[in-house]
Amino acid sequence: MAIVIDGFVYASWIFVVALGLTLIFGVMKILNVAHGAFYSFGAYGAASLIGLYSQTGLPVAGEFVIILLSSAVIGLVLGYALERVLLRPMYGHDEVVLVLVSYAAFLMMEDVLRLIWGSDAYFAYQPFVAVGFVEIGELIVSNYDLMLVGFAITLGGAGWWLLNHSRFGHILTAVIHDREMATSFGVNVVKVFLITFILGAILGALGGAVTAPKVSVTPGMGVEVIVLAFAVVAIGGMGSITGAMIGALMVGLARAAAVHLLPEVELFAIYVVMAGVLVLRPEGLFTRVQARKI
Amino acid sequence: MWKLNSVMKTGSLAALVSLAFASAPMAQETMKVGVVGFLTGGASGPFGIPAQNAAELIIDAINNGDLPGAYATPGIGGLQVEPIYVDEAGGSTTQVTELRRLVQQQQVDAVVGYISSGSCLAVAPVAEELEVLTVLFDCGTPRIFEEASYRYVFRTAPHATMDNVGAALYAAGAMDGVNNYAGLNQNYAWGQDSWRDFSLVMQHLNPNANITKELFPKIFAGEYGAEISALLISRSDVLHSSFWGGDLESFIFQATARGLPLRLPMILTTGETVTFRLADKLPDGTIVGARGPHGVLANESELNTWFRAAYQERFGEAPTYPSYHMAQGFLGLKSAADAAAADVGGTPNTEEIIAAFEGLEFEAVGSTVKMALAGGHQAISETAYGTFRYNTDTGMPEIVDVVRYSAECVNPPEGQTSVEWLEAGMPGAICN
Amino acid sequence: MMTSDRTIPTITIVAALALVLGFVLPEWVLFLSNVAIGKALVVLGLLLLWRCGVVPFGQALFFAGGGYGVGLLGHYYGITDIFILTIVAAAVGGGLSALAGFLLARYRGIFFTMLSMAFSMILYGVLVKTEALGSTDGIGLKRITVLGWQPEEQFELAMYIYAVLLGMICAVLMHVYLQSVPGRLSEPIRGNEVRVEYMGMSVQRLMHINLIIAGIFAGLGGAVTAFSVGHIDPEMAYWTTSGGFVFITILAGTGSVLAPFLGAVIFEVIRTLAFSYVPDYWQIILGGALLLSIFFLPGGLWSLIAMAKGGKKNGLNY
Repeated sequence: MAIVIDGFVYASWIFVVALGLTLIFGVMKILNVAHGAFYSFGAYGAASLIGLYSQTGLPVAGEFVIILLSSAVIGLVLGYALERVLLRPMYGHDEVVLVLVSYAAFLMMEDVLRLIWGSDAYFAYQPFVAVGFVEIGELIVSNYDLMLVGFAITLGGAGWWLLNHSRFGHILTAVIHDREMATSFGVNVVKVFLITFILGAILGALGGAVTAPKVSVTPGMGVEVIVLAFAVVAIGGMGSITGAMIGALMVGLARAAAVHLLPEVELFAIYVVMAGVLVLRPEGLFTRVQARKI
Repeated sequence: MWKLNSVMKTGSLAALVSLAFASAPMAQETMKVGVVGFLTGGASGPFGIPAQNAAELIIDAINNGDLPGAYATPGIGGLQVEPIYVDEAGGSTTQVTELRRLVQQQQVDAVVGYISSGSCLAVAPVAEELEVLTVLFDCGTPRIFEEASYRYVFRTAPHATMDNVGAALYAAGAMDGVNNYAGLNQNYAWGQDSWRDFSLVMQHLNPNANITKELFPKIFAGEYGAEISALLISRSDVLHSSFWGGDLESFIFQATARGLPLRLPMILTTGETVTFRLADKLPDGTIVGARGPHGVLANESELNTWFRAAYQERFGEAPTYPSYHMAQGFLGLKSAADAAAADVGGTPNTEEIIAAFEGLEFEAVGSTVKMALAGGHQAISETAYGTFRYNTDTGMPEIVDVVRYSAECVNPPEGQTSVEWLEAGMPGAICN
Repeated sequence: MMTSDRTIPTITIVAALALVLGFVLPEWVLFLSNVAIGKALVVLGLLLLWRCGVVPFGQALFFAGGGYGVGLLGHYYGITDIFILTIVAAAVGGGLSALAGFLLARYRGIFFTMLSMAFSMILYGVLVKTEALGSTDGIGLKRITVLGWQPEEQFELAMYIYAVLLGMICAVLMHVYLQSVPGRLSEPIRGNEVRVEYMGMSVQRLMHINLIIAGIFAGLGGAVTAFSVGHIDPEMAYWTTSGGFVFITILAGTGSVLAPFLGAVIFEVIRTLAFSYVPDYWQIILGGALLLSIFFLPGGLWSLIAMAKGGKKNGLNY
């Protein structure tokens, strides 16, 4: 039972983090390594703002607002800057080039992070502590974690609705499946790319922001989270929100099971699952298999 | 011909490279000492910075001759100390490279450093290869001198066995009956050895006690949700943890937020470092150690009084055990070098300092240190454990119910490894 | 018509020059050079895979495999002979890549990159969690011996000479391979696999072979690094280590087998200088260098030398 709860909590966390990545991956076919930087910027931004805010004595609810707002701003600024300056000039090139560009951007952003915030750990536990905890059976679960599960489900639902029932979502789906065809139908793909990237950046920053109250915010948190997010995206398939949810669940449950039952494999259980899925179905679980164009 | 061109290019590139790395000529009037600790990352706040602060303080005091008592002579072996601070972050292989740079490029005369047991294990053999006098001031794994012997490497602080024997003795004494205990330790030498020593002593004190959970998350993991869940349902009487630095602080925050301390009191062998940093965030009843009589657990002495006052004045807060350990490292080095200088009647060389260092007994800040193990290279001292209380009247954190254990009670004797000594039931231990 | 290929003589001359320099360079520079050569060997393998059109983000797997093979043999069995250890490292690198290749050879593009990254992270997880393999602390290496003789005083120089010679041999071998039939058929895989199949070569088998070769080289690189540094830890298998190798590949370009060595030396110089003097900026410098390389010098630094030769600037070789 503890495994299920822990698994869901971990899955919700990694889902929020990976959602932006799978969106960018699906629409733009870019494996955005800089997503880790969006994440850590989001975490640091939220942590320092929450720290400042908590000293003013205003109600704790404001801190949740901070989490949402700060990630929106950070994602907007960083996403726009990165897309316009570095990625757009490279769109004609192979996908791998864009990965490398995003990797270079990631390196630079990690240092910028250090220059702004220093190298110490930041703690922003106020929201985590303030909402208290609840007993479920033998286990004590933090209400913050439960809120995170709810938030993840909401986000997933909103994303699904956006993709399937809104005009923008239909355009996105068209671009995901066949970029050239979409262009020939009059879709401004460049604009779609920009919006998607910013959206992905905001989601990445949001992932970091909701994580900040749970952990100590240190440089290098971006490095660790990238591979986890990649695993989820690889398992779920590019651009599929359902895929990301299932991928996150698989990763979360695998890790929770490992910690409780077989701690020795805790670190690589996730990658074994990822490798397994990639071997069986390389496009991930939820994408349409693409016909190879010669 | 471009072939010749490229040959010339390679040659000039090499020349430029060598110029860039040319080592500075060695100054004879100063002793260059590399000082290594965590200046960045989660371990810097509770450990690296207090250690660096203490280094600055002690080095200035040594150079000016401000230390009280027998340490009043300026310099180490008569030489002024010139520190070079190096960040311990980046992993063991980076530290090995940095040590080589300190010795081969910067040409230091000695190195005082290393908080993480991982760093110590990696650099000790390299220090020996490079023949540089190295004082390990803080790291705790017993393996350093139990798995190899060194001529150039010394450790001026006792190792983890002392901390964990003390922890077990105190827990057995302070709690009515420990029938089930769990462990949460970082998965590397320090964590593994701490848990091993603790559980061996517990087994010896109460053979019927059960180990409910042995958790070894990765060092610097930072997030312990699953571990906390496992501990919540483990039905244990006490939790042992050798967590330190950012990991410890993260764990306490996360555990407190989920009510774990209400179910499970903790023994934190490095707890003194967070006593003042976390203050009322640390749960009452937590058993804390300072890896020796340090901080508020230090014995009264002129040196201790001076140290605490000077540190408080310069840095605005009280010194914790990493500061004490760093001071201890330099005091040991000074003690040995001064003794060697007196013997040879001038500036001693490394070999002479080593000879004086082996088996040395010197006064540290609020304690006495004996280089009694590993052929005189490994220190022992007494230790102390207490229980944490946040005094709501004064608004100050306190450590109460302090119990002291003599050096011979909690350290293995010369010639036996910690495991041998503990498995044999700690023969020869002289306890009060 | 065969144009005269001056690569092999050039390699020999550069190696000879490096050896001569080794006797006058300070110990610290020798150490850095050894580490650079270790990386260059891995990148040599990457060069081959790059030309095939795949970008592995997991060469660290074989690099760490070679390094750990060397370290574990020394730690548990006391084997310290440099030649035995070199062969072991190559075997471990080759063995691991042979195994991994069964799966990896089937994929291209992003999936290849991700799968390769996943494999190296699996090794990382195993290394961290296994106490017998040293966990996070890693393992210190015993002193390397050469056929029984222990180079005490001039250890760094001895390792340097060995590294240069090994580097030279590997460069020559790689060059010969690239000129051979399978080597020449590897490049068209990038453009059109079906065409290569029509020419009678099984693409999957070719990729598998290339992966094994790259794995062997990476294992050798791990060994050379381990010899000099004297310490191995799980970081060797982390994805950022692989990232470093990819970085050098881009920086250096894939125009010649000498390019990895040039790139590795420059990378090591930049990294060490930046790390020592501006530790807060070194990733910005590296990232900036990478971006500049991608945007303005897609053929890498080697294309500059090629241009000086009077050749054309290479395009991005993906």
